[in-house]
Amino acid sequence: MSTTSSTIVNLPDQRTATIPKKNYINAEDGLLSWLLTGDHKRIAMLYLISITFFFFIGGAFAGLIRLELLTPQPDLVASDTYNKLFSMHGIIMVFLFLVPSVPATLGNFLIPIMIGAKDLAFPKINLLSWYLYLVGGVMTLAALVMGGVDTGWTFTTPLSTHYVNTHVVTAGLAIFVAGFSSIFTGLNFIVTIHRMRAPGMTWFRMPLFVWSNYAASIMMVLGTPVLAITLVLVVLERTIHIGVFDPSLGGDPLLFQHLFWFYSHPAVYIMILPGMGVMSEIIPAFSRKRVFGYTAVAFSSVAIAVFGFFVWEHHMFIMGVSNYSALVFSLLTMLVAVPSAIKVFNWSFTLQKGSITFETPMLYAFAFIGLFTIGGLTGVFLAALGMDIHLTETYFIVAHFHYVMVGGMLMAFLGGLHFWWPKMTGRMYPESISKLSAVTSFIGFNLTFMPQFILGYLGMPRRYHAYPAEFQVLNVLSTAGATVLGIGFLMPMIYMAWSLKYGAIAGNNPWQATGLEWQIQSPPLTENFIETPIVDFEAYDFEWLAQKTEQEVTTVG
Amino acid sequence: MHISPVLWQFLIKWLTNSALFPREASTIAPYTDALYFFLLLITCVGLVLVGALVFGFSIRYRKDRSPVATQVEGSTLLEATWTIIPLALFLVCFVWGALLYFRIYNPPTNAMNIYVVGKQWMWKAEHPGGQHEINNLHVPMGVPIQLTMISQDVFHSFSIPDFRVKREVIPGRYTTVWFEATTPGTYHIFCTQYCGTKHSGMIGEVTVLTPDDYKKWTESSTSGMSLAQNGERLFASMGCNACHSGDAAARGPSLAGVYGSKLRLTNGSEVLVNEAYLRDAILNPSQHITAGYAPIMPTYQGQISEEGLISLVEYLKSLKTNYRVQQTLTTSESNQAAPMTPGVVKP
Amino acid sequence: MDNTIVATHEIDAEEHHHAALPQHRHHFETEQQQREAGTFGMWLFLLTEIMFFGGMFFAYLLYRNWYNPAFVVGSNQLSIPLGTANTAILITSGFFMALGVWAAEVRKRGLLVIFLLLTNFFGLIFLGIKGVEYTEKFEKHHVPGASFDISEFVNPPLNPKTHKPTEEPLSPDMAQKTQVFFSLYFAMTGMHALHMIIGIVLLTWLTVRAYRGDFSSGYVAPIENFGLYWHFVDIVWIFLFPLLYLINRHPGT
Repeated sequence: MSTTSSTIVNLPDQRTATIPKKNYINAEDGLLSWLLTGDHKRIAMLYLISITFFFFIGGAFAGLIRLELLTPQPDLVASDTYNKLFSMHGIIMVFLFLVPSVPATLGNFLIPIMIGAKDLAFPKINLLSWYLYLVGGVMTLAALVMGGVDTGWTFTTPLSTHYVNTHVVTAGLAIFVAGFSSIFTGLNFIVTIHRMRAPGMTWFRMPLFVWSNYAASIMMVLGTPVLAITLVLVVLERTIHIGVFDPSLGGDPLLFQHLFWFYSHPAVYIMILPGMGVMSEIIPAFSRKRVFGYTAVAFSSVAIAVFGFFVWEHHMFIMGVSNYSALVFSLLTMLVAVPSAIKVFNWSFTLQKGSITFETPMLYAFAFIGLFTIGGLTGVFLAALGMDIHLTETYFIVAHFHYVMVGGMLMAFLGGLHFWWPKMTGRMYPESISKLSAVTSFIGFNLTFMPQFILGYLGMPRRYHAYPAEFQVLNVLSTAGATVLGIGFLMPMIYMAWSLKYGAIAGNNPWQATGLEWQIQSPPLTENFIETPIVDFEAYDFEWLAQKTEQEVTTVG
Repeated sequence: MHISPVLWQFLIKWLTNSALFPREASTIAPYTDALYFFLLLITCVGLVLVGALVFGFSIRYRKDRSPVATQVEGSTLLEATWTIIPLALFLVCFVWGALLYFRIYNPPTNAMNIYVVGKQWMWKAEHPGGQHEINNLHVPMGVPIQLTMISQDVFHSFSIPDFRVKREVIPGRYTTVWFEATTPGTYHIFCTQYCGTKHSGMIGEVTVLTPDDYKKWTESSTSGMSLAQNGERLFASMGCNACHSGDAAARGPSLAGVYGSKLRLTNGSEVLVNEAYLRDAILNPSQHITAGYAPIMPTYQGQISEEGLISLVEYLKSLKTNYRVQQTLTTSESNQAAPMTPGVVKP
Repeated sequence: MDNTIVATHEIDAEEHHHAALPQHRHHFETEQQQREAGTFGMWLFLLTEIMFFGGMFFAYLLYRNWYNPAFVVGSNQLSIPLGTANTAILITSGFFMALGVWAAEVRKRGLLVIFLLLTNFFGLIFLGIKGVEYTEKFEKHHVPGASFDISEFVNPPLNPKTHKPTEEPLSPDMAQKTQVFFSLYFAMTGMHALHMIIGIVLLTWLTVRAYRGDFSSGYVAPIENFGLYWHFVDIVWIFLFPLLYLINRHPGT
């Protein structure tokens, strides 16, 4: 691969290149060495396998939902089954895929390396996090196999406490356990970032990926316990009939809404911030320049984390809350939109005066910017009180959150996976098919969810098994898109697996990127660094990198 | 920024006929649509701007044309620009949205009230004149209608997309929404808060009638007894008139004219007596004791349905004198009980 | 591209030789870094616990405000002597825990074991008294659920000496709200007790290790950090006791 063609990829000579003899993958052999590991990189890979498994289950449910919605009649599955499908789809995708996706896989793998540490602060707690995730996942599967839960992922009371006969307790406890996985991961990250940075690695020399995960970790640590206690109260209300949420006993179902959304709104920022962090790594790498306005982007992450805790009532605007409280929360929601806008512009301007190439991670980055802009701005629709009255609880909401979660977060995750795949495995994925897959996903995604904005304005409610016939055409378009999207998401599974054996050897720094992770071998040693690095350069310091490169002779292996 | 009504009608008609846009069938709908188009506009502008930046820079600075990147730290001016301009736009959306919200959730004082009770999985509409509908709502055009709604079980949400109104329907307290329909026709009612198995079956129709047609409809579909009359019956049969007889020495306060008044309670606070207060006072009397009276009123929680409560509330709203209260007191004390349909369970 | 920050040839591991203590984890550079990270981690965890209990405290304060008469009567059902005794017991337990930390720091193995045993002992007594209180509630049908009985609140028993009701009688609808009080009482004290049980199990394990001498040669961190957890559990009770037992207390009429 020559550097004169319009790609930045620089691989070692494939005739002589090999995977480094000693690396974290072959450091120890045997299943137990993986299941009892303390190595953050191995734990990251364990997470990757687990969340991929749950992603495909959640995705299968989505497929069934879209299949049912091809026709206005409720003819594919029974109503109870349909309700279970969308509930399980939501629970699995939110709690078992999106929340851990970037932090537990990419974050776990990269944060210690990016700050020059040998591991996270608490490796055993890291492993415990994974096991808690598995227990939560297994309990969710148990709830599924025993018949499923049909309360929606939002467990709204009094429906969930008194009016369904499904496995609410199992599902609620499953999420309770999975929540602790999240809390411990966030706790680990915060302590690591505070205490284990290498000499010279000041806060403002850290890569922005670390800043984003730090902000998300603060939210994980502060917000998730509130979800935990809310689920406990729901389980108690269901099992021993305490009356905390039951109006006939003097309780208040609206209290549940407040408690639930107090976590679940920060949860969406927990989900998106790490993805934004990935963007802040990919875009500089493929523009060959420092992120525009590093400080602004860093502070925006923290601002989102702080403001994100003060907007939860915007999920309740039509529920009979006082008009004046609605005013306050609408205003705060408008404020929380601003840091995200700042980031989008900063990324865009990073491209200016750069030297841009269009490898697959960059394609995913472009997809993110476009789709997140749409998703974020449609959030402004919903933050405007009077507009929310018409749009809430319709497919507009469904489209909005899928744009930010899938069009934003999932694209960021895939982009990050492709970007750091050579580092994590030592192998390159196949570039042409991955580009095709990215474009397929993008097209499929828009075809699936753009019609849903229109459906929402027309008034089609969400969570509807059957719908009036006049909505059919748009639903058919949406299902067609979902098929294309499904193909686009299946392809990486296949070619990434293929690349493990047949991919090109990547070498240390196939992207010629800055960052400590690109200065070490691929895959890294178990202890990451042979010697603790001394950091005397800024983040995204391409000039430093260019100087360094000149001084060296290229060797591999 | 006003666009001519002619142009607006044309735009809406064109969009509606394309089946991509709902009809505007209420007085508030054009206001909602105006905000929507504004939001769409800034979304498109934002998207085009970001797209132009990204695509423009990508093409102009692609590696072939720009082999070496120029390191740029940032620009405070640009940061300020793209902080302040989005913030300003969002604040405009906030103000506009807030104004619209207050319009939709603050009914005019002369609104005609209709009660809606939601339960799994149907809507029951109770007109004051005694018309009862299931999954249907007949309303006259050109008249502000307020819906006072409550759920018998779980959270539901009453939505009429063509009117651009929606409100959650909650167990345990009334919620209200109002609209004024402009065009005769039928329009969807949806339940939009997931409520269990037949959530997508909890749909119905609003039928908007001209005032004449509405009059004909009320006459032909009344159950014979208005809500207030039913309430009077319940007031007597449940024994309310025993304490609330209107006598000076009665154990309970007189309820004639109490609706709409400001009441002083035993704990010193003053409350405005509205539908929610009346309902609460029947179910949780100990927190609603009028000053000067003992806390002896029993609770009727579990003994009366939401429809029964609605009838009682309507009755109390209409109660101007205690004449008939006294009358029914005597009747219920005599041996001549009002004939009841055998086997009918008290609501 | 290769870089020399991490060369691919071997570096002599002896270059950073120092006397590594048995508890030293190799991803930490220094003993001090490890200890500071551990303490920081425990403080963060306690912060999550504050958020966890916070939800219930919020619900309690809300409902106490709405249904004040019922909550006053409910509070009066709780035994002040038992609650005060429990408070004293838990504070004593915390005192011994603090002494235990000191003993570890001055490397006195015997004393450390004694203090940890005493901490555990008082913790168990606390749970025992809690059990007594719960049993009493069960017998009086004050456990929320199908068997909850409000008759005592509607017709309070008379004081044998003064022949006046021991409590303000509540109207039936307000008496129903006492169930909300008891729900929160059991949820909050139950969650607290659960944290104590977890603490006691951990402490038992730590006591065994302390007996083996693990903590008497300078490695204090687990004792210190457990101490933080135990004191937190103590503080939660310090908040629970006044909020549940003490406020709005009316002497019996």
